[in-house]
Amino acid sequence: MSFIEFRKTSKSFGPLAVLKEVDLTIEQGEVVVLIGPSGSGKSTLLRCINGLETITDGDLVVDGLSVTGGKKQLREIRQEAGMVFQQFNLFPQMTALQNVALGPRKVRGLSKEAALKKAQELLDKVGLSDKGNHYPSELSGGQQQRVAIARALAVEPKVMLFDEPTSALDPELKQEVLNVMLQLAREGMTMIVVTHEMGFAKQVGTRLIFMEHGKIAVDDDPRTVIDTPPNARMKDFLSHV
Amino acid sequence: MQVDMSIIIDFIPQLIVGSKVTIYITVLGLLGGMAIGFFAGLMRAYGGKFANTVAFIYIELIRGTPIVVQVMFLYFALPVLASIRIDPMSAAILAIVVNAGAYIAEIVRGAFLSISKGLTEAGLAIGLPHWKVLLYIIGPLAFRRMIPPLGNQFIVSLKDTSLFIVIGVGELTRIGQEIMAANFRAVEIWTAVAICYLIMTGTMTIALRIVEKRMRML
Ligand SMILES: Nc1ncnc2c1ncn2[C@@H]1O[C@H](COP(=O)(O)OP(=O)(O)OP(=O)(O)O)[C@@H](O)[C@H]1O
Ligand SMILES: [Mg+2]
Repeated sequence: MSFIEFRKTSKSFGPLAVLKEVDLTIEQGEVVVLIGPSGSGKSTLLRCINGLETITDGDLVVDGLSVTGGKKQLREIRQEAGMVFQQFNLFPQMTALQNVALGPRKVRGLSKEAALKKAQELLDKVGLSDKGNHYPSELSGGQQQRVAIARALAVEPKVMLFDEPTSALDPELKQEVLNVMLQLAREGMTMIVVTHEMGFAKQVGTRLIFMEHGKIAVDDDPRTVIDTPPNARMKDFLSHV
Repeated sequence: MQVDMSIIIDFIPQLIVGSKVTIYITVLGLLGGMAIGFFAGLMRAYGGKFANTVAFIYIELIRGTPIVVQVMFLYFALPVLASIRIDPMSAAILAIVVNAGAYIAEIVRGAFLSISKGLTEAGLAIGLPHWKVLLYIIGPLAFRRMIPPLGNQFIVSLKDTSLFIVIGVGELTRIGQEIMAANFRAVEIWTAVAICYLIMTGTMTIALRIVEKRMRML
């Protein structure tokens, strides 16, 4: 069985069908880059994986656990799938260190000391060794997003889900976040990334998926797709990102 | 008749007794009101359809009726309906509990729902169960936002206790009335009573300002 399996997965919001019988398998170690026009269902696809959206038909299995398998199973899936949001969503009343330590402490059950030690190591990893005692409001967007990546990694996920992690950042801050993501990819982390950064896709992507109207329209090697778009719509889309 | 504030001195002990009763009703009533308010507010914000409806009906019943009617109901109607005898003091405290509870429920609900959904999602995404997300992340943030409206409600409830004069509880207003009935010094007595209330509400306001300042508002 594959690591992540969409099996005729559908998702609707009321009458609006957003994912239409998606079939997709992803193996460990892959770096999947997800692109497509606004409203095509990229975020929804990502959010179905960790159950932030509930699928309405078909099945979706993550490391042998179905997202339809109940609360407890869903929590296990969420521990295996870290998520990074466009808007960072750091907990504003906690310092960077506390943000990162929360998962190890309250989800993984580490002691306070062990959790803080782990949190510090992760802040070191994302290049924020000296920012541990800063509150999110005292950090730049790029720094906040790196804390958010550290927070997700702290739960020791097997896959990282990124939903437009650099879209809310000024151009000069994008790169510091992308560098952390590049490093993660090179370390072999399984990643699914919604992004417009085609440079990232070319450098470390193992697959590029183009979504259209809730379906997977193209699924191929990133370099091939970017250099020789398979159809006119894809070509048009790439010329605008 | 000339105004002579010095006559008040003789009545200070009585006014203090009345103030103490007012504080007693307010504090116990608000403790209960906070408990019920949090519970009902969370039912409104996160409960299923049934819990939500129950809390909604409670809140609207209370908000739609005057507190005097509520306390009259507790004191005079409840014994008839359920043959529960209840003394005026208990009726007064209970009236504050149910009345403040309803308003506090709305404050709690509003504060929790005002916290960005993204934070709940971030908490869920690291694998926390929903109740832990509320306890560790959303609750502390919501609590900060509740302080100003809660302070407001505390002051309203304190002043509402004066209405319990209708069931004969010996709180401050009632004491004022009794002194008045004996000596007819309306200006002096009601000025003194008003000052007693101002001291109590003023103390509350200052205490709340301090709490507010201590908390990082986020
Ligand atoms: N909670 C919701 N309720 C109703 N409709 C929703 C909800 N979330 C998303 N949608 C709709 O589902 C469709 C797909 O949304 P989704 O966010 O997955 O698109 P996307 O590909 O991520 O777009 P974007 O590039 O703008 O982020 C959109 O039409 C959106 O309006
Ligand atoms: Mg999106």
